[in-house]
Amino acid sequence: MTRPTPTPGLVAAVALGGALGALGRWAVGELTPPSPGFPWATLAVNVAGTLLLALLPAVPLVRRRPALPLFLGTGVLGGFTTLSAYAEESRSMLADGSTGPALAYLVGTLLACVAAVHLGHHFTDRAERAAFAEAEGDE
Amino acid sequence: MTALLVALGAAVGAPLRYLAGHHLDRAVPWGTFAVNVAGSFLLGAFTASALSGAALALLGTGFCGALTTYSAFAVRAVELGGLRSLGYAGGTIVLALAACAAGFVLVAGQP
Repeated sequence: MTRPTPTPGLVAAVALGGALGALGRWAVGELTPPSPGFPWATLAVNVAGTLLLALLPAVPLVRRRPALPLFLGTGVLGGFTTLSAYAEESRSMLADGSTGPALAYLVGTLLACVAAVHLGHHFTDRAERAAFAEAEGDE
Repeated sequence: MTALLVALGAAVGAPLRYLAGHHLDRAVPWGTFAVNVAGSFLLGAFTASALSGAALALLGTGFCGALTTYSAFAVRAVELGGLRSLGYAGGTIVLALAACAAGFVLVAGQP
């Protein structure tokens, strides 16, 4: 099995998925109460999205069509989670002198997401993960 | 209206990330690394640009948000294994943060 060529259809699947994922991230930000001092919404989105991406290789349905790993993984979950907001929120906290919370946010997000990936690995095997990576579901 | 702008920005950012990953990711996911650092630089610059709420929704939350990703970053970092995981995760985070600060300072003129 080789990585699928990015046909216009596959690119469109990622675009549509990314739009839906970003809308979800935006909605979480809009619906959660403002949390001055600590970006809980982005933290929650990134950990939840990482856990779901780590679990996706275990879902047989996702392997049915080449567009599905790209749509759901690279598109929806890739667009749902974000590293730019994580960097900007950390920069802003550091600039404000909130060094402790900034470091807690930087390291806490990473550790929680690494834990989420390890949790996901309990429900997937190596072959499932390799097939998912080959389908470029985690770009 | 804001929702539409977020979706539009992301509909451009996410496929760019996919194409960068497709062409640049090898044993080490350099494509994912590149979009994460570039998107963080742009968001720093956009944040300092005093953009309208609508422009920030399109370019910041939508485009930069979807150009970058934490889920693929975390999954790929863990799967590298051992010291390479640590180097990739630490390198991405430090350089994304530095790029974001550089983008901000470049536009704002001060931290």
